[in-house]
Amino acid sequence: MSSSGDLLHVVTNDSISASRKTFGRVMIWGSGALMLLVAAAQLLHMTGSAEFGFENWRPTLYTYITWAICLCWGQVLLHGEHGKRTLFVLPAALFVISLTVFPLLFGLIIAFSDWNLSSPDGRSFNGLENVRQMWADPFYWNAMLNMVWYVLAILVEYAIAFALALALNAEIRARKFFRVAFLLPLMLSPVAVSWMIGKSMLEPRFGPIASLGRALGWDDPSFFGSPWIAKATIMVMDAWTFIPFMMIMILAGLQAIPKELHEAAKVDGANGWRAFWEVTFPMMLPVSITAILIRIIFKLKLADIVIAVTSGGPGGATDTVTSFIFREYRDRSNVGYGTLLAMVYLVVIVIAMTLLMKFAERISRPRT
Amino acid sequence: MTQTQIFHDSPADRAHRVKWFSGRLAVYTLLILWAIICLFPIYWTLTTSFKMAPDVMKGNMVPWVDFTPKWLGWKSLGLSPDTWGAESTVRAEFLKRFANSAIIAVTSSVLAVALGSLAAYGLSRFSYKFAWMRNSDISFFFLSQLILPPVVLALPMLVLYKELALLDTRIGLILLYTLSVLPIVIWIMRDQFSSIPTELEEAALVDGLSIWGAFVTIILPIALPGMVAAFILSLVLTWNEYFFAALLTSTHSNTLPVMVASQTGSQGISWWSMAALAWAAIFPLIIIGVVLERYIIKGMAAGAVK
Repeated sequence: MSSSGDLLHVVTNDSISASRKTFGRVMIWGSGALMLLVAAAQLLHMTGSAEFGFENWRPTLYTYITWAICLCWGQVLLHGEHGKRTLFVLPAALFVISLTVFPLLFGLIIAFSDWNLSSPDGRSFNGLENVRQMWADPFYWNAMLNMVWYVLAILVEYAIAFALALALNAEIRARKFFRVAFLLPLMLSPVAVSWMIGKSMLEPRFGPIASLGRALGWDDPSFFGSPWIAKATIMVMDAWTFIPFMMIMILAGLQAIPKELHEAAKVDGANGWRAFWEVTFPMMLPVSITAILIRIIFKLKLADIVIAVTSGGPGGATDTVTSFIFREYRDRSNVGYGTLLAMVYLVVIVIAMTLLMKFAERISRPRT
Repeated sequence: MTQTQIFHDSPADRAHRVKWFSGRLAVYTLLILWAIICLFPIYWTLTTSFKMAPDVMKGNMVPWVDFTPKWLGWKSLGLSPDTWGAESTVRAEFLKRFANSAIIAVTSSVLAVALGSLAAYGLSRFSYKFAWMRNSDISFFFLSQLILPPVVLALPMLVLYKELALLDTRIGLILLYTLSVLPIVIWIMRDQFSSIPTELEEAALVDGLSIWGAFVTIILPIALPGMVAAFILSLVLTWNEYFFAALLTSTHSNTLPVMVASQTGSQGISWWSMAALAWAAIFPLIIIGVVLERYIIKGMAAGAVK
């Protein structure tokens, strides 16, 4: 995608009258002023220095929406055709900004305060107290470490997904059936999956997998007893849902490799294993890296399975950061501390992902 | 036919055939094994919903052979044939959750596809400059939302929604779900639009259409398959979402996953009714998966190959 210059060249001859421009400006600034006015009034009401009879912050929200609409409309009034182009991106941008940037800034304030939603005292600023508490919280660092293990499991998932994609790409019958069957796990809700597999099929007394384990000579199959087995079980369940995702991306990559390349390799005497390592695998490197990076992003959000099946147990062995914060909030309704943990997690993720992307760029760049 | 065979395969050829055969065998074994791994849990849940307690305890698997199917699980949901006509609070509850899930998933997917397609089209056709941000920065800004883990937004949103009286409302969830699938929609649609040649719009503009007119009448119909793919993918993701729903709703706008999860906590699990509930929750998606598989694959493959 080129990033400079319009791909679609449009020559427009707008003649925008001065009164229309004034109207546009007045509308944008007027609605903006109205929003600020209402927000200020609400703030005064909150602090108790004036009485306006507000029940909640809805009025400010409504004036914000009005302002956003006026801003979009004003673009057309002020800039004519150019404004209409801005209109393509502006709604989405405003939407994302108001739903992420604003809560994030707000979250920063919460993160440095002691705020228990169930206690009546409300919010009080407590500086770095939360940071100190986090530093000494072994369960949080344990959850972070678990995330590293969970992310490392992606390599195994990738290998399996690659094998399945190769099999699907071969000349086979009933390809459609296999594709649908392989896709299904991705469609199912993780919570239902965690019930179906985690609770029902892994039930140690009569679950089919436990029976299978017993038949294979595992005396006492318990899948959530010891820390490492529990962790592995969660990994397997998550892999079960997400392998189709990687598989489809890899399959798309495989189908894009020109046939001639395989033929040329065959003529040159490379067969089977060698052809795979020297032709297919290098050709698939960019796709693989994209698939793995996206998978890592999804993995870092892993929570529902853990919450529904083990709720972190035994002893925090299966905790992910998200599920840990979820319980932290559920058990103690401590918003301040939970938000700080989430913020730290975000910073760690952003740094790690940036490094990973830099690294990925280096390997996928064609060697000269 | 009694003639002796004149042409024989040379031993080298026969060795080749054995190799080809074993290769086939390996591929099919892998495929069938994995198909069983994928399908068995779905089968197990479906059959369990028709079992009685002793059947579950014994681990019986094949209906009519190991056990006689009973409507027990579905009866407890009020969805079996004999309870169909009668009043049932559980069924009312279930249908309410189901409707919540459907409304929230469809609305937020429609919103996300609308906002995302517009943004993706704009970014693929025009060059923008908002303050210091150029096109690539704006694209990156949208796509970087994908990295944002939901937990970071969850608690600030909880507090904000409380102040805005949006807690436990469908609108609150719809907004957050739209936000969470928007980057994926933009990712897919950007790919889709950049594969459409700009000459099409140029011709339309010469013929006197405005930019928006050309977008709606010329480009949208061409990009429709991509939009369907993005829509289905969003639908799946929002239907399955649990984390936000568990935090931000309590009684009025609970979605189906919350209902499924809340049942597992209770002691003395009644396996059959849980199985029925879980199966009812995944059933719409199985249908979507089987019927619209093509679009889902198309959507996920977008952007994988450049």
